[in-house]
Amino acid sequence: MGSEEERIAIEKEKVLMVGAGGIGCELLKTLVLTGFKHIHLIDMDTIEVSNLNRQFLFRKSHVGQSKAKVAREAVLKFRPGVDIVAHHGNVKNTEFDIDFFKQFSVVLNGLDNLEARRHVNRLCLAAGVPLVESGTTGYLGQVTVHIKGKTECYECQPKPAPKSYPVCTITSTPSKLIHCIVWAKELALAKLFGDKSQVSDLDVRTSVDGKSITSEVENDDVKFFELRSGESFQQFAARVFDRIFGYNIEIALQNEETWKARRQPDPLYLDKILPTQQEEEGSAAEENGNGVEIEQHPTVSAMATLGLKNPQKIWDVQENARVFLESIQLFFKRRSKDIGKLVFDKDDQLAVEFVTAAANLRAHSFGIPMQSLFEAKGMAGNIIHAIATTNACIAGLIVLEALKLLTNRTEQCRMTYCVEHPTRKMLLVPVEPAEPNPHCYVCSETPLVLEVNTVTATMRDVIEKVLKRKLGVDSPVIMQGSSLLYETGDDLEDDMAAHYASLLNKSLALYPTPITTGVVLTVEDYHQDFRCSLHVKHRETFDEETEPDGILVTGDIASVINAEQPTLPTKTPAADDEDLFNKEENGHGDDNKDDDDDLVMFTPETTAGTKRKLEEDENLLVEEKRLRIEEPPVMV
Amino acid sequence: MESVSELLTEQEAAIYDRQIRIWGADAQRKLSKARILVVGITGVVAETCKNIVLAGIGSLVLMDDSPMTFEASAANFLVPFDELEGQGNSIATVCASSLRDFNPMVQVSVEEGGISSKPDEFYDRFDAVIMGRSSITLRTQVNEACRKRPHRVAFYSVDCRGTCGSLFVDLQRHSFTSKKAGDDKAAQQDISFPSLQEALNVPWSSFNKRTSKLLFALRIIDQFEVGVGRRPGQLSSQDLPDLISYRGKMCAIQKVPESFVPENLLQKLASVGGTELPPVCAIIGGILGQELIKAMSCKGEPLKNFFFFDASDGKGIIECVVPSQMNDH
Ligand SMILES: [Zn+2]
Repeated sequence: MGSEEERIAIEKEKVLMVGAGGIGCELLKTLVLTGFKHIHLIDMDTIEVSNLNRQFLFRKSHVGQSKAKVAREAVLKFRPGVDIVAHHGNVKNTEFDIDFFKQFSVVLNGLDNLEARRHVNRLCLAAGVPLVESGTTGYLGQVTVHIKGKTECYECQPKPAPKSYPVCTITSTPSKLIHCIVWAKELALAKLFGDKSQVSDLDVRTSVDGKSITSEVENDDVKFFELRSGESFQQFAARVFDRIFGYNIEIALQNEETWKARRQPDPLYLDKILPTQQEEEGSAAEENGNGVEIEQHPTVSAMATLGLKNPQKIWDVQENARVFLESIQLFFKRRSKDIGKLVFDKDDQLAVEFVTAAANLRAHSFGIPMQSLFEAKGMAGNIIHAIATTNACIAGLIVLEALKLLTNRTEQCRMTYCVEHPTRKMLLVPVEPAEPNPHCYVCSETPLVLEVNTVTATMRDVIEKVLKRKLGVDSPVIMQGSSLLYETGDDLEDDMAAHYASLLNKSLALYPTPITTGVVLTVEDYHQDFRCSLHVKHRETFDEETEPDGILVTGDIASVINAEQPTLPTKTPAADDEDLFNKEENGHGDDNKDDDDDLVMFTPETTAGTKRKLEEDENLLVEEKRLRIEEPPVMV
Repeated sequence: MESVSELLTEQEAAIYDRQIRIWGADAQRKLSKARILVVGITGVVAETCKNIVLAGIGSLVLMDDSPMTFEASAANFLVPFDELEGQGNSIATVCASSLRDFNPMVQVSVEEGGISSKPDEFYDRFDAVIMGRSSITLRTQVNEACRKRPHRVAFYSVDCRGTCGSLFVDLQRHSFTSKKAGDDKAAQQDISFPSLQEALNVPWSSFNKRTSKLLFALRIIDQFEVGVGRRPGQLSSQDLPDLISYRGKMCAIQKVPESFVPENLLQKLASVGGTELPPVCAIIGGILGQELIKAMSCKGEPLKNFFFFDASDGKGIIECVVPSQMNDH
């Protein structure tokens, strides 16, 4: 390692870095020092004040600007000769398709969320590019290497729900309720009732025309969230409401760059949500409070004074607004001793009520489904944050693995854990990478590329021309993420059969979630124990002579046929998988569901009779399929 | 204690927000009072400085008069490209300017002159000293000087050579709070460290087979460099025969077989000479940065007292090397 020949070899390689945050800044620096000369960098985020303690390529003057672009410029200052291409965008954007990934020798992830990791994993598998994956939480970190066919892919093992969240997602661009809960708990609650010296970021930070307005927001920040003289608790609560759900959202909306590819949040103002009830609501706490400080504070409850009984029920916007106002007032009336030092505790009823209401209101503003107090309480778990030193170690380890991959030492690749307390004297613990999981739905079959005009082609075209004719699938079940698009079978309910039939003639781009470039369809045939993924690639025109179907499936089809040999399922699903399977099956149409921790691994639960029949027909089945795929598809 | 009760400024709270959520405001306040001396700026030292400056250490004084060269900056990202042209600035001056830029709240300054020319009182200005690549003689001297001061001056030495990185820590006597698994409350603990010289005196025959071979191989390199008067890191494959003869002498004195220190490890260390690999620097600089933060904030159990990393096998190993009479565990 480190020899001159290796250095020269590295200089020619083109690498893709996904993420220019905590790990990304460290990684970019280490890559460039190591001698990498061709680097592409993708990040959709803009720089925030609280990034500055670890994302060392950024300065206060950069707040609001693209991380990818600023990181590139910063690195060019100390190594100007390096060719760095910065992409300010979401890695899930269609421009970053399989062909884009194919130009790289290795992909290095410095990502902060599971969804993007899964997406990159699939693209790396499809493009046949090795992936070095990483993650840190606090003092803990890990680096893993994923080589198609040699080691497990990122999705071979089910992943636990993520424990840390990107800062900007929390402060500016929440897309899930958990982001809003983190915001409510770590920022809103802490800012109003916690130690003021320890919190920040309650205001949505942004910049207008590249000029940071952070400092102005900061200046009145502290005073704004204090009770003014002569102000009633109710007036204070209402003022805070309009500020954090209304005004701050308006400010955030001014940063057009942020909302280019996102749904814009709706500012919420109290007079719109509770137009007439403001005065009476405020009095509820007055009457019930009697101005007496009650010692057993955990029993103080906004739900109780508002007459809300069921913690499992999801409150509507009005109810959430009432709980928000009421809980703030109750903190002042009954819990004044805690103000200034409150720390969230999931057993503190009033704090949980406040967090639930604040999170739900923010969720509503951002178009995210709200949740019950019961669910929100469960989600408000401990959040671990990233630190520079772990990121630096992890970035170093990523580069070491990249070097092994690029200098034909893949047998030396290791997954490495960075731990807080030594195990067997080790702080850095290398482990041999695991073999691919033969039942992994993502990597066990060769991913295929479906080239199709998504505007004109229908699902019927895909099924007839590709699935049945080209891939020999008999009874396809088609999934997009965790939502079911199509299935067949005698046992299908009439109404579902009708629903699927109505979708069949819809063009792909007009599906509820449009099927277009970048979308991955999972195709299964339970009878054949077959599964594969189709990476959709929109294409306008096809050659009438050579591509008469106007639809192409490319990739290593031969291996798909081989993998498809009918064999009995060797793995019965674990109890959890089975539950999930059932849940998914019963949950048609619910495709907005968070699929982060879903193990979408469908092992067919066919009856023993069906299996035996399949076995008997094996030879015939294989023969038939070979015949069907006589005309070779165009290989990529 | 009055320093602890001072509040962090609004600016500090905003920038250090994430890490305060990990180690707490109290630890952050202690960190912001810590004064660090840095002697010799190699790539791994630059990494360490970046980490502690970002974390918000109180102040940093850099000592390295060597002129800027391309070689000196190969693994050092604190050196802007235009400085490579040779503007006559010292490494310390150039790096100080980059570090100030990373975090304007940290005081970064330059001290001229060699460390051996400084009086012992010089160390009273600091809470910790980080020594980059230097001879074993100088490292033990500086460590002893730190130990003589009225208040505790922590001592760290660090070096990276090729795939290998090493770290030594002497906190003398150290009190810290740490949470043990399952415990909610952090408990106060006390721990004592041997000096570098005391650790070097521990007989090799007292180590077991699983002890990192780097501990011994680097001692042989140290002795060789001092013995033949080489600048640290100034060696090559051609020195292997000499290293093997040093191994023979040292193993004989220590009453262990020569196979105790594998020849291929000596070969590897000889052939890389003083070359630093940036990813190894990042890893060791990350570990050292975290150790400084732990020690200066009195939070978390510190590493005691050697750390070795070899990218060849990927293991990062802590070796506790203490004289038998002070083995307090
Ligand atoms: Zn897999």
